[in-house]
Amino acid sequence: MLAAVGVPSIDELFSQIPEGLRLERPLDLPRGVSEQEILADLAALAHRDRAGDDLVCFAGSGAYDHFVPSVVWALAGRSELYTSYTPYQPELSQGVLQALFEFQSMVCELTALDVSNASLYDGATALVEAVNMARAGGRSRVLVSGGVDPRYVETLRTYGRGSGYVPEMLEIRGGRSAPGSEIDPDVAAVVIQHPNVFGILEDVTAFGAPARAAGAMLIQVFDPTSLGILAPPGDLGADIAVAEGQPFGNRLNYGGPYLGMLAAKMEHVRKMPGRIVGETVDVDGRTGYVLTLQAREQHIRREKATSNICTNQTLMALAATVHMAWLGPGGLAELGRQCAAKASYALRALTGPAGVEAAFPGQPFFKEFAVRLPKPATEVRDALIDRGFLAGVPAPWVDDRTLIVGVTERRTKEEIDALAAAMGEVLAS
Amino acid sequence: MSLGAPVRRQGPPGEGTVRDLARPGRAAWSFPDLDVEPSEIPEEHRRREPPGLPEVAERDLVRHYTRLSQMNYGVDTGIYPLGSCSMKYNPKLAEVAAAAPGFAGLHPLQPDRTAQGALEMLWRLEGALCEITGMARATLQPPAGASGELTGLLIMRAHHTELGNPRGTVLIPDSAHGTNPASTRLGGYRAVPVPSTSRGLVDVDKLAGLVNEDVAGLMLTNPNTLGLFEEDIARITAIVHDVGGLVYYDGANLNAIMGRSRPGDMGFDIVHINTHKTFATPHGGGGPGAGPVGVVEPLVPYLPVPRVERDPDGTFRMSEDAPRSIGRVHGFHGNFGVLVRAYAYVFFHGSDGLQEVSELAVLNANYLASAIVEDFPLAYPDSRPMHEFVATAARLERDAGVRAMDVAKRVIDLGFHPSTVYFPLVVEEAMMVEPTETESKETLDGFAAAMRQAAAEARSDPDLLHEAPVTTPVRRLDEARAARHLRLTWRDDRSGND
Repeated sequence: MLAAVGVPSIDELFSQIPEGLRLERPLDLPRGVSEQEILADLAALAHRDRAGDDLVCFAGSGAYDHFVPSVVWALAGRSELYTSYTPYQPELSQGVLQALFEFQSMVCELTALDVSNASLYDGATALVEAVNMARAGGRSRVLVSGGVDPRYVETLRTYGRGSGYVPEMLEIRGGRSAPGSEIDPDVAAVVIQHPNVFGILEDVTAFGAPARAAGAMLIQVFDPTSLGILAPPGDLGADIAVAEGQPFGNRLNYGGPYLGMLAAKMEHVRKMPGRIVGETVDVDGRTGYVLTLQAREQHIRREKATSNICTNQTLMALAATVHMAWLGPGGLAELGRQCAAKASYALRALTGPAGVEAAFPGQPFFKEFAVRLPKPATEVRDALIDRGFLAGVPAPWVDDRTLIVGVTERRTKEEIDALAAAMGEVLAS
Repeated sequence: MSLGAPVRRQGPPGEGTVRDLARPGRAAWSFPDLDVEPSEIPEEHRRREPPGLPEVAERDLVRHYTRLSQMNYGVDTGIYPLGSCSMKYNPKLAEVAAAAPGFAGLHPLQPDRTAQGALEMLWRLEGALCEITGMARATLQPPAGASGELTGLLIMRAHHTELGNPRGTVLIPDSAHGTNPASTRLGGYRAVPVPSTSRGLVDVDKLAGLVNEDVAGLMLTNPNTLGLFEEDIARITAIVHDVGGLVYYDGANLNAIMGRSRPGDMGFDIVHINTHKTFATPHGGGGPGAGPVGVVEPLVPYLPVPRVERDPDGTFRMSEDAPRSIGRVHGFHGNFGVLVRAYAYVFFHGSDGLQEVSELAVLNANYLASAIVEDFPLAYPDSRPMHEFVATAARLERDAGVRAMDVAKRVIDLGFHPSTVYFPLVVEEAMMVEPTETESKETLDGFAAAMRQAAAEARSDPDLLHEAPVTTPVRRLDEARAARHLRLTWRDDRSGND
């Protein structure tokens, strides 16, 4: 091969690197190893973690231990899909393209909105993109309910430094967003999360009314697992709805890869970020799928693009697509009912004699709730780890006693009762 | 001639969508019986109409998505020589490693003491990436290359802001990937193009004329977007540093230089890496990726939080304690599952293996370039390509009216995924080819033969190319119609809704 290229050595191929810039030593890394050795190394690392196989997970707060049906990765793992890339040649990519069209369709069915893109990185960055969409109209300010996950707000704050805004927080009372009051005409977007960071059901319509009156966009952060039983964002008046799509088809994976969902009303389609698949026909009239509205995207519009996103989370969207189709309308409703019922049971089981109280008594919630503990929440959580439970996620931005507990359909009555008993012991000790 | 691995039309047409397979009452789902009493969702919060998800049996799902997979081409199918994408073979061992319950089942908000293995993995990977790139510390949080770019630009902004003025512009070569200018705008900067010379390299004299106190930095890939090594890189970085600017390394082409040269030694201050390119994490049909960002020592305080730190006693923790940090760029810790696969790749190959990866990547690209150069001349014949090359079909276009896209479509009929076409935008009828190190000589010969055959046919029977492909599940698709009559979900009217 060197002869065909016309060079005497491999070194010659690197001769354009100036001498002073050549690395004249091996990289300071171990030498390569066999497959057996690298797998043993990683297995040993993984073994030091305490995860789902020996900790019963009651943690939520944006990442959830839902059941992933076997069929999901049997199909999303098909290597023709798994090892392909962005469908630049649609004739060779109809599998991925059609699956993404189905993903967009199902996201719109879920949300009762008109258009969806083909995925973003995760829920937090999807919110950033939604805010950018809203600000594209020329208005600048961004109002955010205090019920939005603080990690999402931190992410907004980071990207706001580049785009030139600071998210303005709206007060919450008793764990719920206050009904909206009149807002200024320079507000681009008002953001609410429903169910909110405490799992509480918000009155999105009342909250969003002043935004609509002032011509600002209403952005709702939603939980896709709730939409078999809860009214969808489109019915609540949301212009744009975003979500963490991880609960559909994706394991916890220490926070990623997940997928951001973003759906909107049709009038906003040309401001949407990222890839969008459209149906069309080929020269013989056969139905097929292509990336469309690419004039929004960075590879065409460069600095005028709606977003810089290129690589997205297609594989995660594919897994979510299979999971959504596995659920169907009946399964999605059952999933929501089971989460809600088990969360309700867990709140009753945990509160009572040991001094654990509901943080926001009487508020309706979905699959998460906040409790106030008689001891610091991190201390209680840590003690429960030794008893085999990941009891929840402390909420230090509220106070040091608040713990947010998440309950998915995977949890059993037995596990909930055992957590309650263990918490009683920990608090008594 | 070695044949490619075609994706052929098969079975009857009209697979339809998964919704077309739906029948009322059919279902795939199952859940255990509810073991607690049902709860009541308040009336005003209830969904009135069930969502229009398909009602299908598991068997329907399996056959449908298996059929879809058969209509798709992946690296596991054959060579996928998309320039600038580094579509290399993805070792299966990485999948086994990432599926371990201690990784896949780990909640991102677990206390650090229950995630020591994951944290140590991240720590070691960060160290390896810093060694490969010559940086001091890195964040593993950005979930893709473009996200890494924006992270880097926000770090640049934080640095200049602390010095009293964020500055207003960022310089970007005219050949750069579109994410660079798009990220620049989102970082709050105006992109100013830097012209290239006739050799396809940054025009250093013009660069010297463009820099001033308003320039926050320069974004550059090296090898650059044309696959050429910027020989004057030391002068380039010095020119930018002289006005107090920072130099950003877009890691899209890191695959060319591992173990041979390091961005840090060239004078770069901020580096992003595409793990899905260089470190073989599967591209997944368009993602996930991961875009770790490394920085030189003075910029470490600005890296995103949380960061993995090691305490003197050897335990690891996620630290939020960094008051000058730009903040969080992802909801949690980035695409952890992708990073496990990158770790597996880096340490499986090791110092010797990674260097060999780059050597073979450059050899393969030069071999393939020489095999098709008669028909597809290099756009910049005076510079030797590194791991990828930009050829041009301009001559075929002039002589036979056949365009780069026609060649690409004919190559599809011959059983191969074609190269990138019409990128970089600065090259007429560009065909950007990156075979990667993982392809064999036989495969390269087969691909080259297909390219040469297409060129010969362009002259003898141009319609064969204009009409290609004819073997695939669908033929050329009407993209104008797709954009004009938007049908973006199965609910949209099929007749079009201008």
